Amino acid sequence: MSSRREILNLLRENARYTTEDLAHMTGFTESEVETIVDEFEEAGVICGYQAVVDWSAVDTDEERVRATVELNVALDRETNYSDIADRIGKFPEVTSLRLVSGDYDFDLEVEGDSMREVSHFISDKIAPIPEITQTVTHYIMESYKEQGMKFDDHDDDDRLSVSP
Amino acid sequence: MTFEPADRVDAVPPSGIRRFFELAEEMDDIISLGVGEPDFSAPWAAREAAITSLERGQTSYTANRGKRELRERIAGYEDERHGLSYDPDDEILVTAGASEGLDLAFRALLDPGDSIAVAQPCYVSYVPGATFAGVNVVDVPTRVEDEFKLTREVLEDSGAAEADALVYCYPNNPTGATMTGEELREVAAFCRENDLVVFADEIYADLTYEHDHTSIATLPGMRERTVVFNGFSKAFAMTGFRLGYAMGPPEAVEAMNRVHQYTMLSAPTTAQYAAIEALDNCWEDVEEMTSQYDRRRNYVLSRLRGMGLDCFPAAGAFYAFPECPWDDANEFAEALLQSEGVAVVPGTAFGEGGDGHLRLSYATGLDDLKEAMNRMESFLQ
Repeated sequence: MSSRREILNLLRENARYTTEDLAHMTGFTESEVETIVDEFEEAGVICGYQAVVDWSAVDTDEERVRATVELNVALDRETNYSDIADRIGKFPEVTSLRLVSGDYDFDLEVEGDSMREVSHFISDKIAPIPEITQTVTHYIMESYKEQGMKFDDHDDDDRLSVSP
Repeated sequence: MTFEPADRVDAVPPSGIRRFFELAEEMDDIISLGVGEPDFSAPWAAREAAITSLERGQTSYTANRGKRELRERIAGYEDERHGLSYDPDDEILVTAGASEGLDLAFRALLDPGDSIAVAQPCYVSYVPGATFAGVNVVDVPTRVEDEFKLTREVLEDSGAAEADALVYCYPNNPTGATMTGEELREVAAFCRENDLVVFADEIYADLTYEHDHTSIATLPGMRERTVVFNGFSKAFAMTGFRLGYAMGPPEAVEAMNRVHQYTMLSAPTTAQYAAIEALDNCWEDVEEMTSQYDRRRNYVLSRLRGMGLDCFPAAGAFYAFPECPWDDANEFAEALLQSEGVAVVPGTAFGEGGDGHLRLSYATGLDDLKEAMNRMESFLQ
């Protein structure tokens, strides 16, 4: 019998595994799997389910621009990191937000339809926040791996179709 | 003089696997559960070590027995993981795959006319290898009611007591069966009582899911009569590197090395560098692959049970070995391939005792496994 954590590992690997798949793989019954997943969702352990998209493979003229932004902030007695994170994180353009160690404080990822849109967002919405002292924006030029998934890894199965 | 196969080559029929391979190759879009090797590529660190060795021009022969650094690491790994203690100087021989090691053992440690008991169903090379060496084969068919484990009873019933050697593989290809230390004890006792040496193929030793692997060479009185074979093909997913090793008492390894030095000279050098890196730094990869196999194993066993097929809970390697729903497993496998495009291998391809069963390899991604199980289920309805 697998652990509840194994359900998390499996869903992290593929959020589209059905309850039935998960039951086959873990030895839990389907209703046990449903209960466990519900509990994870209610406890906020599982926050959502998303597809990992390689935008460069999407056949469209629409641009999709992403940037990582390094943020430096100045704290005071009334404002801590969480307060600033709460404010920045509310913008839908911000797709991830982390407090990091090192030369800067926050590392955020921003998405928009064009470089212009992203630039405006940083200069109009982020930079003017009083606690923010500096922003450094890096546009993502090409993405090779996201969420542990390597895009187009050329790892084709070239094994013999039947072998001893 | 014309080219005719030598008699002992002529005596070996073409592999039963070959026929299915040819059938499968003719078809498009098949899902194959017939593959006897990992679907993962070798760990990147091992591949990179191979590349680096090439960049540095490390392309010469190595010592016949293999690079000393590699033998030291093999000794350390076998001690730590399986409780085996072998001296890298004179008790370990690095070979071109475990298969070369077994071939060396048949030729260097047995004489033509000697006989070897072969636990079956088994990997397809043992019987031909023995035949090429002029060694007689005693078939030891294991039984589904024993979950394909080797028992004193099947050894006695098959006349293995008269043989000079016993060869087996646990965790087993094709059945996925494993044996615990306790179960091996009676096999060990049988071998001691009847003075058999043992060739223990432990190539799947690190792919077990319910209990840790025990090597027969760790049991009392067995180290001196056992040669253990292992390699990097399965747990490290390095089949194409062709790298294995044999471990045994100095006199056995010396004899095997005498054939090896004249026929192979040394195992592939690039592969030896990759293997050093594998043992040093690739255990996380092995753990990740093992946990993937275990999920797939649970999935396949559960689906097979759902289809009403009897399948003992195979706890090792990456094979399930369910009973075949039809009387003729060959016919079933062929029909399943032609009608649903799913390739499985009939148990008969692996010798005595495999009759009436199918080997399903779960060294295949879950999406394909799921689709294959769906197709098999609809084929059965």
